[in-house]
Amino acid sequence: MKKIFERPQALTDKPMHYCPGCTHGIIHRLVAQAIDQLGVRTRTIGVGPVGCAVFAYEYFNCDMIQAAHGRAPAVATGVKRVHPDRVVFTYQGDGDLAAIGMAETVHAAARGEKFTTIFVNNAIYGMTGGQMAPTTLVGQKTTTTPYGRDAEETGEPIKVSELLSTIDRAVYVARVSVHNPRHVIQAGRAIRKAFEFQLRGLGFTMVEVLSTCPTNWGLSPLEALGWLEEKMLPVFPLGEFRKPAEEEAV
Amino acid sequence: MRGNEAFGEGALRAGCRYTFAYPITPQSEIVHFLARRLPEAGGVFLQVESEVAAVNMVFGAAAAGARVVTSSSSPGMSLMQEGLSYLAGARLPCVIVNVMRGGPGLGNIAPAQGDYLQAVKGGGHGDYRLIVLAPSSVPEIIELMELAFELADTYRSPVLVLGDGVLGQMMEPVTVPEGDSPSEGDSPLGAQRGQSPLVSPLVSPSKPWAVTGQGDRPERNIISSLHIVPEDNERFNRELEQVQMEIRRREQRVEEYRVDDAELVLVAFGTVARVAKAVVDRARAGGLRVGLIRPITLWPFPDETVSRAAARTESFLVVEMNLGQMVEDVRLAVNGQKPVHFYGRPGGTVPTVREVWNEVRRIREVSGGEEDLRTAAGPNG
Ligand SMILES: Cc1ncc(C[n+]2csc(CCOP(=O)(O)OP(=O)(O)O)c2C)c(N)n1
Ligand code: SF4
Repeated sequence: MKKIFERPQALTDKPMHYCPGCTHGIIHRLVAQAIDQLGVRTRTIGVGPVGCAVFAYEYFNCDMIQAAHGRAPAVATGVKRVHPDRVVFTYQGDGDLAAIGMAETVHAAARGEKFTTIFVNNAIYGMTGGQMAPTTLVGQKTTTTPYGRDAEETGEPIKVSELLSTIDRAVYVARVSVHNPRHVIQAGRAIRKAFEFQLRGLGFTMVEVLSTCPTNWGLSPLEALGWLEEKMLPVFPLGEFRKPAEEEAV
Repeated sequence: MRGNEAFGEGALRAGCRYTFAYPITPQSEIVHFLARRLPEAGGVFLQVESEVAAVNMVFGAAAAGARVVTSSSSPGMSLMQEGLSYLAGARLPCVIVNVMRGGPGLGNIAPAQGDYLQAVKGGGHGDYRLIVLAPSSVPEIIELMELAFELADTYRSPVLVLGDGVLGQMMEPVTVPEGDSPSEGDSPLGAQRGQSPLVSPLVSPSKPWAVTGQGDRPERNIISSLHIVPEDNERFNRELEQVQMEIRRREQRVEEYRVDDAELVLVAFGTVARVAKAVVDRARAGGLRVGLIRPITLWPFPDETVSRAAARTESFLVVEMNLGQMVEDVRLAVNGQKPVHFYGRPGGTVPTVREVWNEVRRIREVSGGEEDLRTAAGPNG
């Protein structure tokens, strides 16, 4: 019989600890698939975050580093400067990347560090119990915004892709989503592109992936997909915000 | 050569080819030196956005198997504590230089030793110690920088080299061994040089644990400081404890100066040790039996030497550029056998020979030299 679907080589067979219906698992798979398709598993080095993906090193089947909260882009910078011919990626949540690690992210992009950041935006802090993130929507209830996020008090969600797209050496910046199969396929394509541009040594690449947190949103997995589509897409529009010049022409 | 340049030169000679740096007085010449020399030597110099980023880049480069250095001064060191704890937790070898200045807070840019406790007691969160080396001359800076990299690799531990503004700015002649030029024949990973005779041959200098991409290795490598199960984390902490006991046993380094027959032993490190040495000479010239113990490793603290001296001498005088930090370790080592006195100037002030000399005479209850006593208007006298 012909095998038409299997686990990517770039994933271990360790069962993931993510909550049922959490889309972290899908995003892991897309990253692993891109690594497989490009045939670079044995020369890839991943850097994991603090947050729900803190155990990423157990799942990605390549050399891995577990970084301090928000510091993955700095750690990845150190790695890539020592091994410029390796494929280096960071995998980070919104608290990790856009709150505590914002400086590290912006400056890695500004320097044009040649690694790829996978940015999982679920509009909340998952691991620590559903607190407000820099990406939490106005009005969204979290454990630290029990009456809904009030923009007067805590500001508006940070649009990381738009922000980074003002940086010249961020050569590829895209926002994708995984709330339905069509978008999952598009997300996979964007992630693969980001790795390709890294392999070509063009500069900093980032893919922001809109993701769900059914547990902390207090919704069923299915409702969570609907909430992402209905509430998050208007605030975080999808698209390729930056891409290399030759891509523009096509 | 200037002290700050010697920190850089020592790193180069040790085969270090990577630095990630953020400027701060009084250590910026280290950064200037490496900015010039590292690219020449085929290495990477990067000025980055903060000390937090710098130390985490050190984490990445060390995890990738490179010899890597960063340097800073007191407020910058406080920012690096997060990274130091993670480096210790992930057992990553690297060298960090702290050219101390007056604190707390922004303090000033004058030389001080106020970061002793932060340096030797851990500094960041968790149960760890760093190896801490304290040079007191420019040639010794180069020597200890080379040793620092060897120790870091041997024990898979961050090593802190602790200087101060005087040492950083001081110019002294340096002779560097021939045929050992840093720009020749070093591998980019730097760790392949032979181990110096100063170092105990514990482990191979190669780094099979480094993340380099799995390549042909049968297993992939993981660098992490996370042990979520308490028993696992306890086991890790116990392993670290074993390594630290080994370091305590093998790596205590100290200079003893005229201690054998001394009735009073001065204890001082770094810049102040030079002042203390002058006081010993002055005392000896006047017939007073005074000696000096100069810890070179601040951790592990040379408590065996101090304890041995305590059996013979009558009392100790610890001299520091702070309000009394190392004196705690001296008291622990003396363990109540003999009185331990303290003289210190905090906040960026260097004690003078005369001040310390007056302290010595007060302790030894030697009269005479009234004039000296009157002019020595230090804070304690
Ligand atoms: C220095 C530091 N501060 C705080 C924490 C606690 N902490 C762990 S995960 C987390 C939030 C992570 O949120 P996010 O990055 O959005 O990832 P998610 O859990 O949603 O996947 C926080 C604050 C920490 N580990 N380290
Ligand atoms: S808490 Fe949220 S983000 Fe974390 S695993 Fe569960 S659903 Fe996913």
